[in-house]
Formats: sequence, C-alpha cells, structure tokens
Amino acid sequence: MSALLTVEDLRVRFPTRTGVVEAVRGVSFTLGRERLGIVGESGSGKSQTGRAIMGLTPPHAEVTAKRLAFDGIDLLSAPPKLRRDLRGKRIAMILQDPKYSLNPVMSIGRQIVETLQRHEKIGRAEARKRALDMLAAVQIRDPARVFDLYPHEVSGGMGQRAMIAMMLVAGPELLIADEPTSALDVTVQLEVLSILDRLVAERGMGLIFVSHDLRLVSSFCDRVLVMYAGKIVEEIAASELGNAKHPYTQGLLNCMPVIGAGRHPLPVLDRKPEWAL
Amino acid sequence: MSLATQTRPLTRREWLLSDRPQSRLQARLGRAYMTWRRFSANRLAVVGLLILLGLCIVAAFADLLAPHSPVIGNLAGARLLPPGSEGYLLGTDDQGRDILSRLIYGSRLTLAVVVLVAIIAAPVGLVVGAAAGYAGGWIDAVLMRITDIFLAFPKLVLALAFVAALGPGIENAVIAIAITSWPPYARIARAETLTLRNSDYIAAVRLMGASPTRIVLRHVMPMCMSSLIVRVTLDMAGIILTAAGLGFLGLGAQPPLPEWGAMIASGRRFILDQWWVATMPGIAILVVSLGFNLLGDGLRDALDPRESGQ
Amino acid sequence: MSMSDTVRMSGRRRARSRKAVATVLQFLVVVATTYLGLLAVTFFIGRVIPIDPALAVLGDRAPQHLVERTREAMGLNLPLYQQFLLYCRQALSGDFGVSVLTTNPVMTDIRRVFPATIELATLGTLIGALIGVPLGVLAAVKRGSIADQIVRVIGLVGYSVPIFWLALLALLVFYARLKWVAYPGRIDVVYEYTFSPITGLYLVDALWQRQWDVLRDVFRHIILPASLLGYFSLAYISRMTRSFMLNELQQEYIVAARAKGLSEARIIWGHALRNAAVPLVTVIALSYASLLEGSVLTETVFAWPGLGLYITNSLQNADMNAVLGGTIIIGSVFIGINLLSDLLYRTLDPRTRAR
Repeated sequence: MSALLTVEDLRVRFPTRTGVVEAVRGVSFTLGRERLGIVGESGSGKSQTGRAIMGLTPPHAEVTAKRLAFDGIDLLSAPPKLRRDLRGKRIAMILQDPKYSLNPVMSIGRQIVETLQRHEKIGRAEARKRALDMLAAVQIRDPARVFDLYPHEVSGGMGQRAMIAMMLVAGPELLIADEPTSALDVTVQLEVLSILDRLVAERGMGLIFVSHDLRLVSSFCDRVLVMYAGKIVEEIAASELGNAKHPYTQGLLNCMPVIGAGRHPLPVLDRKPEWAL
Repeated sequence: MSLATQTRPLTRREWLLSDRPQSRLQARLGRAYMTWRRFSANRLAVVGLLILLGLCIVAAFADLLAPHSPVIGNLAGARLLPPGSEGYLLGTDDQGRDILSRLIYGSRLTLAVVVLVAIIAAPVGLVVGAAAGYAGGWIDAVLMRITDIFLAFPKLVLALAFVAALGPGIENAVIAIAITSWPPYARIARAETLTLRNSDYIAAVRLMGASPTRIVLRHVMPMCMSSLIVRVTLDMAGIILTAAGLGFLGLGAQPPLPEWGAMIASGRRFILDQWWVATMPGIAILVVSLGFNLLGDGLRDALDPRESGQ
Repeated sequence: MSMSDTVRMSGRRRARSRKAVATVLQFLVVVATTYLGLLAVTFFIGRVIPIDPALAVLGDRAPQHLVERTREAMGLNLPLYQQFLLYCRQALSGDFGVSVLTTNPVMTDIRRVFPATIELATLGTLIGALIGVPLGVLAAVKRGSIADQIVRVIGLVGYSVPIFWLALLALLVFYARLKWVAYPGRIDVVYEYTFSPITGLYLVDALWQRQWDVLRDVFRHIILPASLLGYFSLAYISRMTRSFMLNELQQEYIVAARAKGLSEARIIWGHALRNAAVPLVTVIALSYASLLEGSVLTETVFAWPGLGLYITNSLQNADMNAVLGGTIIIGSVFIGINLLSDLLYRTLDPRTRAR
C-alpha cells in the first residue's frame, strides 16, 4: 500500500505570554487508503494534529515536522496557493458541530456548490446537479428542498450530513473527521457514521477519525493512535485493542461502565506525568 | 502564623497574587492588582489616565496655575494677540483675556459637567435597570419600555429643546444631558442583573432571608458596577462634546464664564484672521475627550476581557 | 428525511406564522408607545415648563384680558390631559402651530428645509459607510498591525473631536486658505434664481435637469460638510465593523470555509462580512440618525439651510413651536429609522426571516 500521507515528527507550538506551549510534540505515522483513528482527551493534541495536516492551525502557531507529505507533496514547503488548491479538492475535513461550522447566512446548497466552483470549472446547472446528487448520497431524501434551506432550519444530523456533502462533493482522497458525531444525539450518531462509513468505502478514501471515544473509534477504524499530552503513547490495530499495553489506553478502556458489572467505585482515569515525557 | 514562619517571607507581589488569600482585604487588593497590571500593559490607556489626572490637577490648582484672570482682560493693550506673545502663551481673545488662563479655569466647568451628569444619570440608570431585571414580569416590561422610548429619542436635539425651555445656563445643560443619557445605563444594569438573578450565591442570600431591596442594593448592584463604570467613562467624551455643543450654540455656560464650547463660538468671528481664538479651546476639548475614550477603552479591556475580543 | 423530521418541520412552520403575527403586533406597540413618549416629552417641555405659551406668543407686556383670551383660544384652561390629547391630535395631523420667527406654519417651514438636511446626512453616511466598512474589515483582518493602529486612531479622534470645531478649521483650511471648496451655504447666489429644484435634493435635481454647472457648484458646496459628517460616521462604522468582523473570523464556519480551499478574499468578503453585515445594518442606520441630529451643529457652521439651522435659529429666538416641531420631526425620523433597520435586520438574517 503506497503511503497517502506521511507524518514524521510533527510539532505544533503556540507562543503565549507565559512561554511556548507545545500542543503536538513529535507525532509520526503513515496513512494509506485506510481508516486511522486518533484518540485522546481534550487537550491531547489530536485536533491540532488534524488541523496541522490541513494547514488550518491559527496564524500564530508554529508547525514543524521532519516530513509532512501528502501523495509526495511536501506540505510545509508548499506555497499557500497550492495548499488551498489541495484543501477541499484532495484533502477535506469535517468539523464537530454543524450548528457552528456551516455559514448561517448562506443556504446549504450554495455552500456545497461553492466547494465545486472553487475547484472545478463548472456551470451553474451542472454544479447544482452535482450538489443535489451529493445530498442524495448522504441519504437526504428531499435534496431539492434541503438545497434551499438555511443551516438553522435543519436538525443537527441533517446539518452534519450537509457538512459531509459539502466536504466530499469535490471528491477528496483524504478525509479528516474531527469529532464528527460528538455534537449529535446518540441515535443520530450511528446514522451519520454509517453514511460516512459507506462513502469512505465506496470512494476508497483515506480517513483520519479524530475522537475522544475509544470504543467508537475502534469499531470504525482499522488502526488506532492513542495520544496523551501531544504524543502518541500507543499505536494498535483496532482488533487488538483488548491487548493494549499502555496503562493510559487501558485506563481509557476501563472508564466505560459495563452494564451489569459493579459500578462502585467508578474508575478514575489515571494520569502519570512520566507518560508525557 | 506557623505557616508564615516556616516559609520564607512572601514578596509583596507574591502576597498580592496569592491564589489562597488569607483575608478579604488581600483578595480584594490582589484583584485590584491584577486589573491594574492588565490596564497598565495598555500604553494608550495609561496616557488617557494621565490626561485626566492632569485635568484634575489643573482644575484643582487653577488659581495658582493661571497667569491672568479668566474673565477680566486687558482691552487696551492686549486684544487678539497671537500665541507666543509676551506673557500670553496661547494668545488673547477679542477682549484681551489670556486664552491659557481661560482654558485653565474652563477645566473646572468641564469637570463639573462631567461629574454632575455621571452622578445624576448613572445611579438612575442603575436603579431602574437593576429593579427591572430583578423584579421581572410587568415591572420589567414597563421600565424597559420607558427606557427604550428614551433610547429612541434624538439625544442632542432633545437636550437642546430642554435647555431652550428651561433657559440657557450650565445647570440646565447638565440636567438636560443627564435626562437624555441614563437609558444605556439602565440597559446594562438590567442585562447584568438578569445574568446574576438566578446565580447560586443570590439564591443563597435569598435563603438566608434577605429582602429583595437588600439583595438588589447589596448583592446585585455592586456586581453591575464594573461594566457600568466602563460605560460611563466611555460616555464622558460624548457628554463633554454635547456640553461643548450646547455652549457653542449659546445654550450652555453663559459669558463671561470660560466654557470651552462657548469660547469656540466667540472665536468663530475671527477664525479667518485670528485662528487661535477658536482653535485653542477645541484642542482642549479634543485632548480631554480623547483622554476619556482612551481610559474607557483601557478599563473595558482590563475589567471585562470578554468584551475586548481577546 | 425521517418521519419525525417532517412532523417537526410543519409544526415549526405553524409556530413561525404565529410568531410573525406576534412580531408585527410587537412592532406596532413599540412604534405607538415610542411616538406617544416623544409627544409626552415634547408636551412636557412646551407646556409644563415655566414659560407661559400665551405670553410667548403675545410678548410678556400684553394686557391681562388679551392674555386670558389667548389662553382660552389655545386651550390652556382645559385640564392637562385634555390639553395633551389636543396636542397629540394636532401633532399627528402635522400641525405644530405657527413659527413666531417666520410667521409660517412650522410644518411648512420644515417641509422647505428638511430636504437640505436629508441630502447632507445621506451623502455623509454614504461616505462614512463606503470608507468605514473597508477600513474596519482591514483593521480586523490585520489585527494588531500598523494598519489596525491607524484605523483605531482615526476612529478615536473621530469619537473625541467636537464636530463644530473641526468644521470651523476645515472651512479655514479648505475654503479660506486653499480655496478648494465654495463658501458656506448650499448654492451660489448666481444660481439661486435660475435653478428650480423639484425634490429639494439639489444634487439629484441638478443631475435630473442636466444642469452640469449647477451640479458642480452644488457639489463644491456640499462636499466639505458631507465629508465632515462622513468622518464622524466613519469613526463609528469602522470601529463597529472591526469588532463584528473579529467576532465572525473566530467562528467555526470560517475554518470550514478554509477547509474547502476558499481564498482569503472570498472568506473575508463573502463569508465573514456577509455575516457581519447583519448587525452592521443597524449600526449604519443609527449613524444615519445621529448625522441627522448632528446637523444641528454642523449646519450652523456651514450656514446650511436645513432643519438643524432652522432649529438653532428658533432656539435663539425662543420660538418654541418651531423647536418642538423640529424635535418631533427628527424624533419621528429616528423612530422610522429604528424600525427600518429592525426590518432590514430581519430580512438579512435568515434565522429571523419569516418564510
């Protein structure tokens, strides 16, 4: 399997008034056309890893890496124009909450069409048709109606489907999903996940699935990276999760209460400072 | 006491910044110190503060600082002298009065107007807003409707009409400005009260049997103060400009009082040839209201980091 | 779409139409009470405050029986609430009495002078918005840069400078010294009799009648006062634009727009500003209102024959009918502008738009 994405010693630093905060501290992995989960608590650097790959870290952040390459293109030395051309066209990202990540004053259809028009020379009618097809592909039943709706007029689940449509319409090869279901109702989560699952499989995309939910990730991905304090503490095949060696991973697994088992006392996540070294 | 002897004595800074204050006083001083540090990091805000301190000093010591009388001029020998003339740093006006001395005494009037308006309007707004916010229901609806009605009025024109009816004069100008400037304070106080009303500590006070009056006066209003102070400071510049505008139209302070707006009006006739007569008081107004704006911005950033968009 | 979604939709639509009716009602109540408040305050100023209106008309040395008769005729002997009702009825029908100064009905005077003020304030707001919005956007995008600092200083000075003073200095420099603009007034005396305006907005009239020399002259007269007013509205508009834009640029949808590969220009002008425009409409409307009001001071300096000058002239002659009439008119325009900006807000923001 040829590597779609190579990450070697990725670091993201934020200079602040009290000193430099290093959010990502030497993360390395390679990704083919497979599903990779990145798991960790909030603040573990998992989201910043995804954003660094997209080139969407805040302007004052410093991103360095020995190598950060997408399909042979060195991302860090690529000119901004090239990175913009890649974004949306070849690498796309799904954000957490459709309530905030869709533009509230633009209709859903226009936001999807906009992605297409940015990356392809395409007529209006053609773009509209492709957008409608994409809406149908994320299992929206009445695409023509939803096309003209504004984000506040749809439910969270439908909003996230629109988000997926907007990001996948130009046919990217790599998708970074940053907590794509965390803001949704539990019942809707599974629907959205199964849509995502099918699209990733059909189109043969590489997927980086960022989440705090270890079980969800393990059921959805081939491989899991466990991050703690900006570092990868364990890399493990999803099927092997039961044999996780790192105490932090075990801790994450044990945090889940099991129905029928004793619940007292609830296990507390153990955090040892030496893991962060 | 044993703690203090065990550890090395704290520096004053550490004592202020301690996250475990031993007394109310220490906590309060610590908070004030943090605010001051945020405030003083903003150089422009410090400039604003210095301008206003300067204004207060000039107003307080006008008698000592002014080289000449502000109202009696030298009609025979010193009419319309340009700036830099012997003994008249900023020149003289058409009645031979020293412009610098008039500006120095005028600072008293400016300060008086600003302080009086703030003393009248801010408490009115605070009481109306806090009462409306805490009481809720129809009291809130009625009070806020009245506030909004006043907010929708043209402030300057209404102030003009008031002064026209009451008769020109600095007291009436103050009343007119105060009448038109309380509504924003009521809005702010109400908004703050609404966020406080359902907080746990208010519930605790209520459980202990405090009367609504006591809750509003002792526990709600003090919490509204910081945003109110910021707003009042930012409004000061507008108050000065309105007062000067009234003076310019001949409705504020009456001659021979050295009010800056009225000084501009009297210098207007000579603007083409003796530009300084009208220019100097304008600069004074600009500097002082700039001072209030800078200070207000700085206070807002220091007291309410949310608002500053940091 | 699932079944539950469909049900929720139709329920929402019904709720929305009920909400629309409630909104219209609320609008009406707001307008009515505000207008009533305006009338009450002006009534209070005109009647309850010391000066006897009868004496104001007759002069204070009028014989007693004449004063009595006038009081009777003016309805001053009626109970206060009846006087107020009478006052409201007159004001609503546009009857503000007769101006002592011009001996015309106040409404006739105002109709004559108001277009001049409208023209000036409109041009001022146009200048302020066309320059202020881009400046504010620039300051927000380049936050903390030199450009941001400069915009901040321009705004701060605009907030702090007395308008009438700046107007005097501007006259001194641009009229007296540089001779770039025409002298105070609205139009050259040469054209005063050859030019017959239709709307009262001279720029529009001259353009309409293709009188290019008149247009040039009118422009030379209006440009300085309009630029000054424009500067004041620019100070306000650029500052608010900056803060709205800063807020929008932090939102997640901006990250999403970047993730789509859009250019910065498209993100700033197409996405962020489109969102910031919703509250900006209110800001621009308010600034228009404050320019109408600020005309009281500017028009005096520029001898601009508008409502502001009319009010100040009346003030200085204790012509209360004219002052109160002018106040009510400006107040009504304020109420109208507030209402309009509220409506615009609702149509611009799909979240409050009734579908």
